[in-house]
Amino acid sequence: MKPPSFEYSRASSLDEALAVLGELGGEAKVLAGGQSLVPLLSMRLAAPRHLVDINRLSELAYVRTCDDGVRVGATARHADLERDPDAAGVQPLLRRAVRLIAHPTIRNRGTVVGSLAHADPAAELPAVLALLDGSVRVASVRGTREIAAREFFLGTLESSLRPGELAVEAFFPALPPGTRTSIVEVARRHGDYALCGVCAVRSGEGARVALLGVAPTPLVLDVPDVAGAAELARSSIDPTPDIHASAEYRRHLAGVLTARALQEAA
Amino acid sequence: MNVRLVVNGVPYDVEVPPRRLLSDCLRHDLRLTGTHVGCEHGVCGACTVLLDGRPVRSCLLLAVSVDGLEITTVEGLAHNGELSPVQQAFADCHGLQCGFCTPGFLTTITAGLRENPDPTEDEAREMIAGNLCRCTGYQNIVAAVMKAARP
Repeated sequence: MKPPSFEYSRASSLDEALAVLGELGGEAKVLAGGQSLVPLLSMRLAAPRHLVDINRLSELAYVRTCDDGVRVGATARHADLERDPDAAGVQPLLRRAVRLIAHPTIRNRGTVVGSLAHADPAAELPAVLALLDGSVRVASVRGTREIAAREFFLGTLESSLRPGELAVEAFFPALPPGTRTSIVEVARRHGDYALCGVCAVRSGEGARVALLGVAPTPLVLDVPDVAGAAELARSSIDPTPDIHASAEYRRHLAGVLTARALQEAA
Repeated sequence: MNVRLVVNGVPYDVEVPPRRLLSDCLRHDLRLTGTHVGCEHGVCGACTVLLDGRPVRSCLLLAVSVDGLEITTVEGLAHNGELSPVQQAFADCHGLQCGFCTPGFLTTITAGLRENPDPTEDEAREMIAGNLCRCTGYQNIVAAVMKAARP
């Protein structure tokens, strides 16, 4: 269980990181918190030629909250977002979602933007970003672009980041007054990846849910009729079975958790 | 690559390949074998050390990535041969049997009590939720957290 050999560079500025990534293109992988990447290296499921370590980019270690939402820089840890009172005030769903990610020790090192770039369909933050219609800002030597959540997640562990690009910031929008949110999930053990999870927003105008763990990307569903939401969720997915849960059980959970999330957000 | 690690206040200069995990660097290069390696993929918590005061998995960090940072391992908890309050509480409450997981619990709880000096029992359980122990059934570890908080 040791990582394979790789070349390593530690960037001391964003420009330096982008220059190295631009030069190496698809041969390079960004190392942020490493809480997903390092196990993948150790299990030899990933073998990049080059790692570009961005942990020293302290200029990206921010959680900035404005009236319109919360912006999280690439080196802000899950724990930084979890402990930020302003972020929790403007978008309470963030703290509740972050507390479902693994354990405090992992959250001390793992990064918010890294979780998004990793694009694990069972992770909480991609679903939250999709639910809120958030976005990811990416930079490269060619400039920056803002990618909407619905265009960012392409498949299991696959985002629309191109070789040479670095995800530098995530934007989680605030919601209008009177809107309520919730997140619920079922995991085999506390802190494990969820078998299925659902986050929801609800207001006088309507309801929306995002499902995690039951499709290759977060699945956002507009809910026209709350009473029929569980059936809508069940009929919208085609989950894959694995050693943790059968497809049928995941489908069942999707219905139950959708109803529960909407009830909590009522 | 040459890396300087400041472990328990002592600076060490070591030459390591980029792929060296911090857990292996501590054990093999620095001969600080108090940090134990269990699952080696971030699940069991045995290798937990404090990085700039915060608990982290040393098996999920590259030694080159923490160049120049302050690390506290289980060897750094006792002072002048006297057990720290958390270590003493583990001894008093039988918070360990085989001892394999203990270094990770001690570092985790030391930082946890610094942040929350007076936890409820539920908070104590949450504090140690990321650490696995196959001997104790956790009861005595929870008792040790409570005792360390209120000796």
